[in-house]
Amino acid sequence: MADVPAHITGTVWKIEVALGQAVSPGETLVILESMKMEMPVEAPEGGVVKEIRCKESQPVKEGDVLVVIG
Amino acid sequence: MGLATVAVFSDADQRLPFVREADQSVRIGPAPAKDSYLNQSAILDAAQSSGAEAIHPGYGFLSESAEFARRCTDAGFCFIGPPPEALAKMKDKSQARQIVRDAGVPIIPGTAGVVADSTEAARSAREIGFPVLCKAAAGGGGIGMAVAKDPVELEKAFRQCSDRARSAFGRSGVYLERYFPSPRHIEVQILADAHGHYLHCLERECSIQRRHQKVVEEAPSPLFGPDPPPDRVRPLFDAALKAARAFDYANAGTVEFLYADDAFHFIEINARLQVEHPITELTTGVDLIGWQLRIASGQPLTLAQEEIRRTGAAIEFRIYAEDPVKFFPSPGVLKVFRPPRGEGIRWDGGYEEGNEVTPYYDPMLGKLIVFASTRSQAISAAISALQSFEVEGVKTNIPLHLRILRSPPFLAGQLDTSFLSTLGPT
Repeated sequence: MADVPAHITGTVWKIEVALGQAVSPGETLVILESMKMEMPVEAPEGGVVKEIRCKESQPVKEGDVLVVIG
Repeated sequence: MGLATVAVFSDADQRLPFVREADQSVRIGPAPAKDSYLNQSAILDAAQSSGAEAIHPGYGFLSESAEFARRCTDAGFCFIGPPPEALAKMKDKSQARQIVRDAGVPIIPGTAGVVADSTEAARSAREIGFPVLCKAAAGGGGIGMAVAKDPVELEKAFRQCSDRARSAFGRSGVYLERYFPSPRHIEVQILADAHGHYLHCLERECSIQRRHQKVVEEAPSPLFGPDPPPDRVRPLFDAALKAARAFDYANAGTVEFLYADDAFHFIEINARLQVEHPITELTTGVDLIGWQLRIASGQPLTLAQEEIRRTGAAIEFRIYAEDPVKFFPSPGVLKVFRPPRGEGIRWDGGYEEGNEVTPYYDPMLGKLIVFASTRSQAISAAISALQSFEVEGVKTNIPLHLRILRSPPFLAGQLDTSFLSTLGPT
């Protein structure tokens, strides 16, 4: 299991994965937007998307868990 | 000029100095730009309720929106910018290319219009020659651009660019241009009144960029130096004036060019005041915003081209709240914030100590502009000014500016848009 946090304070621009989807290490899960810059949040390890804890256009703080992979 | 001002602000900005400094301030909505600074009705309501007569759109956000200019005019406000018709004509960057080409302005080789799909993009790219730049026809400010050096990358770049254009600008049109890996970015300041009088206020060089956004700008361009022979610069200034006339442009604007393979190529007109306008003001003595207001009120431009002369050299440093190496955004609270002061130093800033820099907008905290008799004196003054700039609480690109100022290519005036990617660490 891995909790994947936002590495920066910003807004969720796009969620690139769906619940139950298999992902490989390094795959983009969510794209955050901060100060007009897009920042991909990548899977630290392979697995299946267990939980999506954010919505598109939601503001998030650095450290907030966005996705859980297991 | 004796004009009273009304500021509009979002919830994210309510504690910033401009809200207090204006004669009146009106809240226009929550933090996300689409609900506040891009909300045309909210801004028009604020103008109405405060009794404003004219609307200055600033830079960014709605400043180049033909629709907004039109709505201001229709609602009986004076829009401080070009006529809505001119904005509409240049809104599609692909069509704008064709208009200026027909007016005799050299353009970057590329597609004649937007490309329909990735198959057509691939065919066009072969004709233009790789690498190519995919650009959103409705884009600007570096948003919606992607480089492709081969057909595989093009497929991805085209899709990414179309997506981004659709989400950011509501239109997916993308066109292609030849990509010059390391051109110089040189631009010409234009002023034009509503009576057909056009003039230029010389050039600025803005080659030092990251992610297609400017970081350092200077006037004069080191390509020309302080006193270039008229033959050397005239083709650039003539092309800029031709481009402005092709759109029946009025008010202040900037014609941007890339200099590559010993030639200038038109990129686009920035139909607004530029972030870097202070370096032109300091070196020519022309008050650009003063002229924007006079022109918008219908007054004739009484300056003559012969009166536009440059004295000295000016360099502007955009101070961004970002990591100076990776350029990652760095929002946070400004625990300490003391911009430098002194002779030849101008600070145009939006924040003060204690303010929070939010993630909602551009990371620019302000602009440090240094003016001196010569470029080398301006560089020395800039080094001292940047060293004495005290900021704590967010990361800034001040260390990057100091690295730039001490690098041999910068000192030699050898600038191009790949400058930062080739500048070594520390």
